[in-house]
Amino acid sequence: MNLLNIFAAASLETSFPVIPVLVLLPAFGALAVALTPNGRIGLHKLLATVFTGITGAISVWVLTAFESNGDYQFLSEQTWIESLGIQWNAGIDGISLFLVVLTGLLFPFVVIAINPHHDHKAYYIWVQLLQTGCMGVFVSLDLFMFFVFFEIVLVPMYFLIGKWGHGNARYAATKFFLYTMLGSALMLVSIISLVVLHSREAGTDITFNLIEIASNPAISTTSARLIFLGFALAFAVKVPLFPVHTWLPDAHTEAPTAGSVILAGVMLKLGTYGFIRFGLYLFPEASHFFAPLFLTLGVVGIIYGAVVATMQKDLKRLVAYSSIAHLGFIVLGTFSLNTQGIQGATVQMINHGLSTGALFMLVGLIYERRHTRQISELGGIQKSAPVLAGTFTLVMLSSIGLPGLNGFVGEFLILLGAFTAHRWWALLAATGVILAALYLLWAYQRVFHGPENKDNGEEQTTPDLTNWERLTLFPLIAGIIFLGIYPKPMLNRIEPAVDKLVAHIEITIADGSFTEPVPTVQVRKSFEELLEETYESHSHSDGHSGHEEEKDHGHGSENHEDQSHSGGHE
Amino acid sequence: MENLVWLIPTFPLLGFVLILLFGRRLGEPNAGWLATTMVTGSFISSLCVFLGMAGKNSEERAYEITLFEWIPSGELNIGLGFLADPLSITMALFITGVSALIHMYAIGYMHGDPNFSKFFIYLNLFVFSMLMLVLGDNLLITFLGWEGVGACSYFLISFWHQDPANASAGKKAFVTNRVGDWGFMVAMFLLFFNIGSLKYSDIFSSVIQVDALTQTTATAVVVMLFIGAAGKSAQFPLYLWLPDAMAGPTPVSALIHAATMVTSGVYLLTRMNPVLAEAAGWSTDLIWIIGLFTALFAATAAVAQNDIKKVLAYSTVSQLGFMFVAVGSGLYVAAIFHMITHAFFKALLFLGAGSVIHGMHEEQDMRKYGALKKVMPITAGTFIIGWLAISGIPPFSGFWSKDEVLLAAWNENKVAWVLLLIAAIMTAFYMSRLVFMTFFGEKRWGEYETENHEQDEQLSSSESEERHTFDPHESPVLMWFPLVALAGLAAAAGILNLPFSHDTKFLEKWLEPILFGNEVHILASTSTKWLLAVIAITGATIGVLSASYVYLKNRVNPTQIELPILQDAWKFDRSVTTFMGGPGRKVFDWITWFDRTVIDGAVNGAGKLTQGIGIRLKTTQTGLIRTYALGMVIGAVAIIAYFVSRMGF
Repeated sequence: MNLLNIFAAASLETSFPVIPVLVLLPAFGALAVALTPNGRIGLHKLLATVFTGITGAISVWVLTAFESNGDYQFLSEQTWIESLGIQWNAGIDGISLFLVVLTGLLFPFVVIAINPHHDHKAYYIWVQLLQTGCMGVFVSLDLFMFFVFFEIVLVPMYFLIGKWGHGNARYAATKFFLYTMLGSALMLVSIISLVVLHSREAGTDITFNLIEIASNPAISTTSARLIFLGFALAFAVKVPLFPVHTWLPDAHTEAPTAGSVILAGVMLKLGTYGFIRFGLYLFPEASHFFAPLFLTLGVVGIIYGAVVATMQKDLKRLVAYSSIAHLGFIVLGTFSLNTQGIQGATVQMINHGLSTGALFMLVGLIYERRHTRQISELGGIQKSAPVLAGTFTLVMLSSIGLPGLNGFVGEFLILLGAFTAHRWWALLAATGVILAALYLLWAYQRVFHGPENKDNGEEQTTPDLTNWERLTLFPLIAGIIFLGIYPKPMLNRIEPAVDKLVAHIEITIADGSFTEPVPTVQVRKSFEELLEETYESHSHSDGHSGHEEEKDHGHGSENHEDQSHSGGHE
Repeated sequence: MENLVWLIPTFPLLGFVLILLFGRRLGEPNAGWLATTMVTGSFISSLCVFLGMAGKNSEERAYEITLFEWIPSGELNIGLGFLADPLSITMALFITGVSALIHMYAIGYMHGDPNFSKFFIYLNLFVFSMLMLVLGDNLLITFLGWEGVGACSYFLISFWHQDPANASAGKKAFVTNRVGDWGFMVAMFLLFFNIGSLKYSDIFSSVIQVDALTQTTATAVVVMLFIGAAGKSAQFPLYLWLPDAMAGPTPVSALIHAATMVTSGVYLLTRMNPVLAEAAGWSTDLIWIIGLFTALFAATAAVAQNDIKKVLAYSTVSQLGFMFVAVGSGLYVAAIFHMITHAFFKALLFLGAGSVIHGMHEEQDMRKYGALKKVMPITAGTFIIGWLAISGIPPFSGFWSKDEVLLAAWNENKVAWVLLLIAAIMTAFYMSRLVFMTFFGEKRWGEYETENHEQDEQLSSSESEERHTFDPHESPVLMWFPLVALAGLAAAAGILNLPFSHDTKFLEKWLEPILFGNEVHILASTSTKWLLAVIAITGATIGVLSASYVYLKNRVNPTQIELPILQDAWKFDRSVTTFMGGPGRKVFDWITWFDRTVIDGAVNGAGKLTQGIGIRLKTTQTGLIRTYALGMVIGAVAIIAYFVSRMGF
């Protein structure tokens, strides 16, 4: 009942209740699909497209209406369970903005581009519920609400993997579910203990409000550190960080293409987003204290993920392990605790969503054509499907981090920030760029280059991308190129929120043991000025140095110009 | 006219986009002509910028323009900006000039290739990236170009990807280059950490005016930049990719792997000369020592290669070593001078080799050439000019620039000079060997089958029949015109920097402002310089004559010189490959095994354990009340016992 009141309450404050609509519209879409007859496959898809599409459109509107300051915007508040201080409290700031937009746009994209092979009705219901869950996580400013959405997400994904997946799908789905549940259980304990301890120490009523708790840090350092670890474990599983990552390759490999795209595009960001919003923001001191641990795990993830990816025999599994490496970068940037690092991490979340999402799409297209994902059974696709190969190349280069494409921006900022804060970690992490080239190019060679593999007996000319497939891939490609060449609009919207977060960390760690690691800033001059100034100073010292030479070596020349004059010929 | 600088990379970018969109419709040869026109437009804009700049005083020859902000984040502010100064314009001029000629050549060379237009997509993208590399006003734009040329090099080496060897060569080039890129990135991080900017003007003014870098930092930056440069410019031990890169079409070898991309390491270090000047002596020593070693090492390998392109590849590695000797000795002008002349004559040699390969129906083994002078007069004539230039015979361009480099080595260290001279003599020797085996002597084609039975078996009968009517021919005008143009440049480029008087050292005067007084002064007297030049000429002549003794007059059996170990380039490449394929791969395999068995095993084990415990516990739920009652009693007794023991009577 209360949920319905949100619309009324929100409409009093702003002209349009953006966030409730964003979160609940897909759920209504799911309801709408549920109410249609089973056989009407076209109608299911149409409804899903319309509902997720409108959500996407609204998220784009949010992007344009967003103001580049560090504040939470489009706030919507509504009492939910008053006695426990639980609220519907949602807002968007620079850090969550692009994740909201990504969630808004990726789902209609998936609905339009990828068709399930059976059980259409249930499929569209789950996909839309998943969008509601993901959207809810990114806008939550209330711990309880966050937890609810964080858990809701599991259910649709479980069914998407288990029901529409390939091969050992049930195993993968169960593993995914149980593994993340384990993390969440600890998080629930952490949330409750945090709330209770906070109200006791601060002497206030029980509240789950994120901003209130963060702005009034009352609990002791030790308890904060313990509670932080509880949160961190849940996020680490969700990211996933080494060594709790093994659910990911299974889930990714067995999931249907749509599931993989959503998993890589949005769901893996729940963990990294959680680290920034609920780790760094709620527990600045603990984050700073445990930063070396998470930096190490991040670096291990980067290198380890890349090494294991290299040896994979299944193309989809390879992409899954590459995700682990990329997410290692995000964690590295987050725990650099400076502007470049966190901004880079935020950017990388979006970029990873685009490029790995696109990679999974392409792997799905290859699978549809060749009915195998085993790298050794593929080969020579480039000859008969040049456009597919070209698209794959572009996405692959973005994933490798080629400057000019989106992947580079985040990776570079992360490494720059990490180097400023902890140089040795950054040096190691940067070797990840070598390994990324190794595993992706090697895979590309085996899948696309060479003569076409004909040992299956069947006709092996792979059909190229159809016009429809080109059209559906186009938005991802456009995003990859645009964000690589002109990331400024994105960076500008993210930066104030990141600055505010870093400032918050600095203020909260009251004993001054933490200051944002920043580079030394030296002289700034234009090249023209520099040339003129050095010319002036040089013309003085020039004669001088010539003089010295004359004394030292006694060539009898007036200065070095004359000397070289005589140097050639006479 | 400097404000036109943004036009220079815009032309090839436009070409890239146009051919990407309409390439198939344009078809052959129009796509090629479009690409060539775009690069020519780029050359003309470079010329305009150059002329505008030349009209100014030397201290005013710099122009910066920022098109838009690329990556702003906190203190970091990277703009997409260009810097036109004497160095970048020099680079842009010869890059666009040579590229235009090679584009034109490629129209002829790629004739009939099913992916004709695709080739020019990559080629134009390459020129764009290369121009970004040299024209960028900050390190990150240079890095953008740096990675861009690497990617294009990858595309073009594996252009004929259906042969797995070509595909592997492309991958190897990219991955090896990435090792260098790691160094480049770390150097950027260090500079950003200490200076807070990656813009060249900020870095230089901080370094020169407020001494922003400590010696240790500057040294670290230089070493890291050198790792980057060594990757791109194929210095030991990262040279490995370049000989393999010959798998690409010959115009690619000429453009990317001889004239332009491989010199970007030299450009980078020259550009960063203020930082090099701050660094500890050992780091610059490292540069010339590695350069010297590479020059010698590659020269020995070049002596024993039978593939015409492999000879030229090792020769390129060796000549790049020469350039690094000059850079490490602080004689940047000599390095840039040699880079330019090398671009002309090595592009010429590669294109000439391509023309020979084309005429010989894709045969690359020099042992099957011979006496091609008569059938391919233009190719032979121009090739001979290139040969004389690289061998260091005056008055061709290579002599002048190599003489400067040798002088740089002399200035740095006398032993270095001796060793470099040996490398120069070997250069003359192996290039003469190539020329004699290809254009002179007896013809070894035509009657080919009767000599080589073992290879004959591999040929299908139809192919052997083709061989009977084997007919080498001169290449079409599209291909020989660039040869003639480059031959002219290779012959005459020495006038850029004649050592006779300060007034004839145009290049030195031109580059002086951007070297900020960091160019080392040569201490040798005039008479010493003369003597060195005479020795260099004598050395080159000895090299040529001894090659003629072996390969023209056949007085010595070539197998005594072409040792197998040299053919294998001292087995270095093979050892690295064996290591990577053996122990390296084992480590990777082991980690993968660890992931599957230990980490995932633990997870599944925990699952199994829980399941197991559940099954065991299930048996306790018997449903029999007396069992439960017994349990309760035991429990109650235990609790009571505990409290009783704690009370302590």
